[in-house]
Amino acid sequence: MPTFWLVLLLLALSALGYVAGRRRALATADGNPGDLHSLPIYYGANVAMTTAVPAFGALVIWVLAQPLFIENRVAGMIPQNLIPENASLGLVMSDVRRLAEGLDLAVETGAMTQAQTLALESETSDIRAQLGGIGVALGSEVRPEVLQAAQAFRRLASNGKDLMILATLMLALGGLTLSFRKSHKDFRARNVVERGVLALLILAASLAILTTVGIVLSMLFETVNFFGLHAWKDFFFGSTWAPNFRGDSELSILPLLWGTFYISAIALLVAVPVGLFAAIYLSEYAGSAVRAFAKPLLEILAGIPTIVYGLFALLTVGPLLLKVFGQGENGLLGLSWMSGATSVLTAGVVMGIMLIPFVSSLSDDIITAVPQSLRDGSLGLGATKSETVRQVVLPAALPGIVGAVLLAASRAIGETMIVVMGAGAIAKFSANPLESMTTITTRVVSQLTGDTDFASPETLVAFALGLSLFVLTLGLNVLALYIVRTYREQYD
Amino acid sequence: MSDLSQTPAHPTASHSSLLTQSERTKRRNAAEKRFKAYGATAIALGLAMLLVLVTTIVSRGSGAFQQTFITLNVELLESKLDKNGERNIEDIKRVTTFGYAPLVKTAMQTTVEGLGIETSLKAKQMAGLLSKNAVAQLRAYVLENPHQIGETVEFRFLAQSRVDGYLKGRVSRDSIANDKNISAAQLDLVDTLIEAGVVEKTFNLGFILGADASDQRPEAAGIGVSMLGSLFMMLVVLALALPIGVAASIYLEEFAPKNWITDIIEVNISNLAAVPSIVFGILGLAVFINYMHLPTSAPLVGGLVLTLMTLPTIIISTRAALKAVPPSIRDAALGVGASKMQSVFHHVLPLAAPGILTGTIIGLAQALGETAPLLLIGMVGFIASNAPETIAEGLLSPNSAMPAQIYEWAKRADPAFYERAWGGIIILLVFLVTMNTVAVLLRRRFERRW
Repeated sequence: MPTFWLVLLLLALSALGYVAGRRRALATADGNPGDLHSLPIYYGANVAMTTAVPAFGALVIWVLAQPLFIENRVAGMIPQNLIPENASLGLVMSDVRRLAEGLDLAVETGAMTQAQTLALESETSDIRAQLGGIGVALGSEVRPEVLQAAQAFRRLASNGKDLMILATLMLALGGLTLSFRKSHKDFRARNVVERGVLALLILAASLAILTTVGIVLSMLFETVNFFGLHAWKDFFFGSTWAPNFRGDSELSILPLLWGTFYISAIALLVAVPVGLFAAIYLSEYAGSAVRAFAKPLLEILAGIPTIVYGLFALLTVGPLLLKVFGQGENGLLGLSWMSGATSVLTAGVVMGIMLIPFVSSLSDDIITAVPQSLRDGSLGLGATKSETVRQVVLPAALPGIVGAVLLAASRAIGETMIVVMGAGAIAKFSANPLESMTTITTRVVSQLTGDTDFASPETLVAFALGLSLFVLTLGLNVLALYIVRTYREQYD
Repeated sequence: MSDLSQTPAHPTASHSSLLTQSERTKRRNAAEKRFKAYGATAIALGLAMLLVLVTTIVSRGSGAFQQTFITLNVELLESKLDKNGERNIEDIKRVTTFGYAPLVKTAMQTTVEGLGIETSLKAKQMAGLLSKNAVAQLRAYVLENPHQIGETVEFRFLAQSRVDGYLKGRVSRDSIANDKNISAAQLDLVDTLIEAGVVEKTFNLGFILGADASDQRPEAAGIGVSMLGSLFMMLVVLALALPIGVAASIYLEEFAPKNWITDIIEVNISNLAAVPSIVFGILGLAVFINYMHLPTSAPLVGGLVLTLMTLPTIIISTRAALKAVPPSIRDAALGVGASKMQSVFHHVLPLAAPGILTGTIIGLAQALGETAPLLLIGMVGFIASNAPETIAEGLLSPNSAMPAQIYEWAKRADPAFYERAWGGIIILLVFLVTMNTVAVLLRRRFERRW
């Protein structure tokens, strides 16, 4: 694992730089720290930072950029006629990559020597069988162009790695010597170090932006690929979700959206009344003892991982509903409205339980923030407490409560584990809450787990779904913030 | 004059008395009572849900911590295990688990006969009470202690999952009518063996420390290896999210000028906190696996994805902790000649440390229970059967994580695995409760009011 050792080496170099820089600065001041411009540690830190930071930066950029570079170079080597019909360059490239990785693995495990892999000829040797022997399965026989491309891939990759090690070490050593020579008693080490630290802080803060850009770009890129393979009209306006890995799938988001919204609506139907009433009781009626006891207990519900709720839906709530509404002798009511444990109601109810504390603690904060003078005025006019709450406190808190409900809705739409385990896998338009339906998140999971082929629309559709989900939840959050900001009453 | 005529000289209210409530007052008071009752019901409902959830988890999961074992004396026949008698380890290794099956069968038969139990079962059916794991256990023991070949050694074998279920009340004679794995006659034998003390249910350390097992052997499945997977992921999260999160918060709280770039960063962070976790999984799949070609199912990738997910949580709580440090501290530091950077790193940060730590622990607890992104980067669907031996292997070799392992068990059709899933949840919740308790205690112990 050379990268690991490289990192260790860089760390060792910068540690060395710290000690050396500190010593040199002290030496120029004849061992008297009082003559230095900055504290001795700053001279050490300066050398350590100039050694490590550019080198690590280069390392990270190199690791990120190298695949792109190699991919482009190798993709240019593949002749157009090699690309089969109905497939993209990506498919051939994944063959090339797998072959290259397989050969590397063969060298690593000792099945072949480096020279042997370089001397391979697709006409004379059965590469597929040889690689199959060490557990690398190739999809098809290796064609000479693919082998050539794979060899180029390996050459570029190994050259790239060597160059990377060389470049980062050069940078580190260069930084070390340069800053070491600068370590003089008049050198303003503290100012330089502090500027460097500030740059690092800014870098850390912009990582948040980088993550968002990464999310959007990674999904946008694959979504564009998807719309290249599949009609966007069918995705947005079609009526059927029927992925078929042999091709010719109908992939429309509408049935999934229906399932998502239906389940979220049921969840909100459970969570909003319970959560809101709980919040009203806690903030208006409950004594401090009840509040101190009930509020944290309710909030535990929010801290339970969603996998627990998923299991609860799958193994407890689903079978329970089946017992009540199920078919034949299983059904207590003699109705046969439900045929399996997974259903919209199962997932919706359990998700509702999960959202109760979400609604209640947000609303609680908002209701508590309504000034006491409003309540006193209403009570003074002779209103009962409940009339005060309904006609004075709630209207004043309404924007905040709507915001809380929208946030809960965004949470419900993006929730994955509960619907994966409790909602089922059938995409359809139906109004019956006892039927199983499916959601955007469950389809993302099912299209992206297992063997994924990034050249087929059936896999790529998951990115389009993910992007839709991202846009949808982001929109809800922004709307919630907007409502809260615009309609908030100002009491001061 | 019309004004006057509209005001009655004797308002009707004057007929009412304070001692008797009017219709309207009664109605209003009843509405008040109802309203209050709705509130109390909502609270009770919420708490009841919590109670139901906790009782379900405990009642259905506690079984996983107990397991049925069958104690047998197995004669390690030299003629079967080491035909040459040279105790050459390579020769002994050549005997596969099939070679050990007769030993177990004979041991079972002699035990039953030795106890004087009458049964119509054949030896093979008797041995069917044992887990398929038994022969592997025996072989592993022999390979470790080849000198004991030829002796008779006492073993505690796992019973197969139906027998285990029978002792736990999950399996009854009615429910196995169509079960090809076990028959009523075998259960009769189990009854007599329980009386003889050969079959017994004891604490199951293997569940907590062991590895996952294949579909056929739920009795041997454990959560230990995936716990290690979770541990490595948490190490990655801690190593990346804490420094980056603290650095970002320090910049935003202490140095950032008030301009549109800072605004964008702040809005971004609060939006990232609300992005569904599965979107982070998609990001991880696209960037770390598809683009950077990091190994699938590796805890390193899981840790990176969870880092991105936890960062907003840590940043938000760290900023709150920094904000709570009063400006007088900064002013005092600046006043005695510290630079801005020194005032932050030497004074503000140490004072905010307890708050930062609390936020980090809570963020880690959140990450520990997160499942959805792990599904997309391939941490389910295979059997995590080997514990990693080195740190690099722990980070890079495929593993599962606790919540992913629970999901994996819940997907398997055998009810014996459901018990494991609930048991896994108990362990997961123990971790979460511990982490949150530590966070609360830290806050209580070190929180300073200014």
